[in-house]
Amino acid sequence: MEGGFDFAIILESVPYLAEGMVLTFQLALLGISGGIFFGTLLALCRLSPFAPLSFIAGSYVNFFRSMPLILVIFWFYFMVPLIVGRPVGGFWSVTIAFIMFEAAYYCEIMRAGIQSVTVGQVYAGQALGLTYRQNMQYIVLPQAFRNMIPIMLTQAIVLFQDTSLVYVVGLGDFLVHADIVANRDNRLMEMFTTVAVVYFVLCLLGTLYIRRLQRKLAHE
Amino acid sequence: MNFSYNWDWGVLLCTVEDVDIGCIAPYFYWIVEGFGWTIAVASAAWVIAFTWGSIIGILRTLETPIWLTVPFVKSSSTFKTTVIEATGGVVLINIAWFLHGFATVYVTIFRNIPLLVQMFLWYFVLPEIVSKEAGMWLKRELPLPEYWTAVTCLGLYTASRVGEAVRAGINSITQGQHYAAMAVGLTRVQVYRYVLLPVAYRIIIPPMTSDFLGIFKNSSLALTIGVLELTAMTRQIDEYSYQTFEAFTAATVLYILVTAIVMFAMRIVEGRVAIPGMISLGAK
Repeated sequence: MEGGFDFAIILESVPYLAEGMVLTFQLALLGISGGIFFGTLLALCRLSPFAPLSFIAGSYVNFFRSMPLILVIFWFYFMVPLIVGRPVGGFWSVTIAFIMFEAAYYCEIMRAGIQSVTVGQVYAGQALGLTYRQNMQYIVLPQAFRNMIPIMLTQAIVLFQDTSLVYVVGLGDFLVHADIVANRDNRLMEMFTTVAVVYFVLCLLGTLYIRRLQRKLAHE
Repeated sequence: MNFSYNWDWGVLLCTVEDVDIGCIAPYFYWIVEGFGWTIAVASAAWVIAFTWGSIIGILRTLETPIWLTVPFVKSSSTFKTTVIEATGGVVLINIAWFLHGFATVYVTIFRNIPLLVQMFLWYFVLPEIVSKEAGMWLKRELPLPEYWTAVTCLGLYTASRVGEAVRAGINSITQGQHYAAMAVGLTRVQVYRYVLLPVAYRIIIPPMTSDFLGIFKNSSLALTIGVLELTAMTRQIDEYSYQTFEAFTAATVLYILVTAIVMFAMRIVEGRVAIPGMISLGAK
């Protein structure tokens, strides 16, 4: 590539890249919050004494965990508009794909979290006359969430990295915007290196924060 | 709900071009071929991931210093840091510190960049930053450049995960075993070869299985640089026949099948190699 490393092109495209980064963050945040919400529900189903319910939740988790995320994105990208009956835009199809996919992983995390709460706590709640719902809501889940915060955040970083896969359906996230600039100006080296550095710094900051949090939780 | 879609499972069985029944290409062979490439990418990448990941993991467990003695000729000054010491004519360099540091940096880098971005770095950026001849070789002369790029990328990426598993496995073995091995006079290499690794590899069968399945699923990312593996082939069938969901279903079934077989097989392996009286991390 002529002219060595061209920093000007990076500076020029900062606004365009930032626009992509906004979409990346939107996808990640929706995926994480939706994933945790449905993942928790799935975990409750999975641990339910009612066998069919726990079987369905288990099958759901195994199903999504054996599929590549790219294939899940393709499935939903084509299926959601067909089910809804009108075009809904790639963003929502992909968001649903992420939520459904991540719910399977968060389910496993929450299941471990719920199981990490000692049985004595559950019995104590029952002894106080709490209903199943109250027991879960006030006793078990708050502790489960707290125990699993570092692992949930680690999974959040994984999801944040995985949002780059929307590249395959051409949604304008950070990587796709960089890719567009790279191909327009034939500056592949500059743009992809920038993308790698930005992702690396963001994820490293997240990882370091989690490590600090873990140390803090361990001390308490 | 307006689910207007004409199912036609027949397209999956197209083996010859026959326009009358909607087969404009041998879709069946496409799927077989795509599946073959998926397996080829995943297994080659696993070889890299397993060997390189084991090395990385072992390096990350080096805690005690390994002093490398270098003759020191020039001056007789004395200095001391935690990793390099110079006293009376020799320099001692703690190579364990450097190896440990290298492995930690490696894992940090490979775990914090999205795999897809790594794929692009290997495929688009690497040929530009190496010397001209090497770049030309990567682009022109290397047979199956997309395949080998995908294999290298996936292998080195997964190695960082395998490394973490190996480290966790070794660290989960009680220090007593380590000391006992040293007490009977084993060298450090022998301690790893005969005491730590045989136990560690047994313990980490479950996370290693999921790392392998990770490589198998992540091989679908190779489609972004043009490897026609299973997911890419189903996309191609979709573009040719518009039978999107039949093609996706075929791929989904194959992925699930392989995952189920691998998990089943590894559970048997885990039971077979289990050390009596030891409860491994993953066994229930």
